[in-house]
Amino acid sequence: MASRLTVSNRAGWGFALPGFGLIAVFIVLPFFFAFYFSLTNQRLISPNPTEYVGLDNYRSLLGLAVITLEPERDDAGAILRDADGAVEYPRVRTITRSDAFPQYRGMREWFRWQSGDNARVVIASDVVFMKALVNTFLFVLVVAPVQAGLALGLALLINQRLRGINVFRTIYFMPVVVSIVVVSLLWRFIYDGNDGLLNNLLSALTFGAFQGRDWLGDPSTALGSIMAMSIWQAVGFHMVIWLSGLQTISPTLYEAAEIEGANRWQTFRYVTWPGLRNTAILILIVITMQCFALFAQIDVMTNGGPLDSTQTLVFQAVERGYGRQDISGGSAISVILFLIVLSISLIQRWLTRER
Amino acid sequence: MAMVSAENRGLRLAVRYAVLTLVAIIFIFPLLFMVMSSLKPQAQLLADTSSLRAFLPVGDISLQNYSDAFRRAPVATFMVNSVLVTGITVLLSLAICSLAAFSFAFLEWKGRGVILSVILATLIIPFETIAIPLLLMVSQLPWIGPGGLEFGWLNTYRVQIIPWVADGLTIFLFVQYFRDLPRELIEAARVEGATWFQVYWRVVMPLAGPVLATAAILKFLVMYNQYLWPLIVVQQESVRPVMVGLGYFFQLNTAWGEVMAYLTVITLPVLAFYLVLQRAFIASIASTGVKG
Repeated sequence: MASRLTVSNRAGWGFALPGFGLIAVFIVLPFFFAFYFSLTNQRLISPNPTEYVGLDNYRSLLGLAVITLEPERDDAGAILRDADGAVEYPRVRTITRSDAFPQYRGMREWFRWQSGDNARVVIASDVVFMKALVNTFLFVLVVAPVQAGLALGLALLINQRLRGINVFRTIYFMPVVVSIVVVSLLWRFIYDGNDGLLNNLLSALTFGAFQGRDWLGDPSTALGSIMAMSIWQAVGFHMVIWLSGLQTISPTLYEAAEIEGANRWQTFRYVTWPGLRNTAILILIVITMQCFALFAQIDVMTNGGPLDSTQTLVFQAVERGYGRQDISGGSAISVILFLIVLSISLIQRWLTRER
Repeated sequence: MAMVSAENRGLRLAVRYAVLTLVAIIFIFPLLFMVMSSLKPQAQLLADTSSLRAFLPVGDISLQNYSDAFRRAPVATFMVNSVLVTGITVLLSLAICSLAAFSFAFLEWKGRGVILSVILATLIIPFETIAIPLLLMVSQLPWIGPGGLEFGWLNTYRVQIIPWVADGLTIFLFVQYFRDLPRELIEAARVEGATWFQVYWRVVMPLAGPVLATAAILKFLVMYNQYLWPLIVVQQESVRPVMVGLGYFFQLNTAWGEVMAYLTVITLPVLAFYLVLQRAFIASIASTGVKG
């Protein structure tokens, strides 16, 4: 009887269709289109018909090789050195433009290192993309653990029975509701090399000993500055998720721990942390996905510079797909990004699986 | 002995509050700095950054920066656009996602499991990975306009609204909530002859207050703060939302006071909203973590 009341193919489909239809058209379809476009030379607007190009887009993104350069020698075979005493090598383009090495055509130097007298040079089809890939991973590897850890610390701090604790919770969460775009522009002022708040505060705190620096204009600090700001903005979000995890742990467990005479660390280690397992998995996956999506901060603060030190995958995808109207190139980066995100969440699930 | 421990407790309490306050300063001072800077003329603003005056409304305070910012950019238009796009999307989303979730939670129909799995699987797709192919799609999608059939959704409200109406997370939140409602209510209503739509509208929705608030707040935050999508699909000022309108304030030699005024104008409504409804805001973020 009960089941006959709920069986209804017509109403069931009818009610689900608007929502499912929109998701199918605006999420599922473009998702598959990303794969399809990445195998073509699709452009946003083009008079020419779109052609299938196989894996060309991926090749021109991921092409990578190591070449060895031998030092230039004079007629007697002695190594030539320039005025500063550095060994002279032939230019990389003598190889990448040579007909003898068609496989290296169009590649550019990414970085090199010394190996005996020879120089090993890593050349890439797309050096900017490689830098974007490395920066994105760097961002994830630093921000995900630091932000998750700080968020847990804040959650423990806020999970106390104290008068007025809600006021603090409200304040810690506040940056989360502010747009990352607003936050980025605000922090551009804070990080500013000439008039920035951070420089002036540091200088005042050290009685003038701190020499101001251009945080976002210096390749060695730009990405780090963006990381710090991103953590500041989003840490409250994950604090709240940790907090809801903390509140699912039964108080009787804490009472038992107290009776057993457990100290604070032992209580955390054997009661709190095991109770947070699922929350931890969720938070890591959520933060990782958010970190890989890094875009607005870059677009507002640095445009990928200085010297490509803040290029990221999404920024590159947008620069191609929208900026250069190269839908296929942007789609290829999107697909690579999706595959990375997917494999990382699978790895995270596997590492944290129930044993 | 007892006195020592009371003193101790007082000290520990003081340390706790000191730590809490220190952390609070880290979170609130940059925002305070934004609001205070918006009230000061450029010269004073820059001078103030080297002392605590940066966080205080002191000196030559005025709303001059605000009127300058409004003169530099059509701020009011941007605000109206953002409010329209956000408001319409939130309402449509609540209606369409709750209806779909009702069907998944209470009705039995062929294909239900598969369709729900597909919807939940989309949660793993970051929007950033579909933005570019979606851009091409919406540049060619058809629409029935006042002049008949037309193609291309760029530079419209609909391109900012329709792709955002339905999403896996919102449907998931509704399904979770509906499954915890007592099924007897639904069955009783059916026995009394109510149509499925009446059950949805008269029985379930009146009970859905908390999840409606959660879904509305999450959608509101996503929509109002949105950047990447409107950046690539909207070039016309007449439909541009506030976050993209920020581009007016990017140039070198920025008048920081004006920038801060613009940031304050577009942020204060959200902050006010948050401060009034902070419990609901925090609960809605927390609920994204439940059983995820």
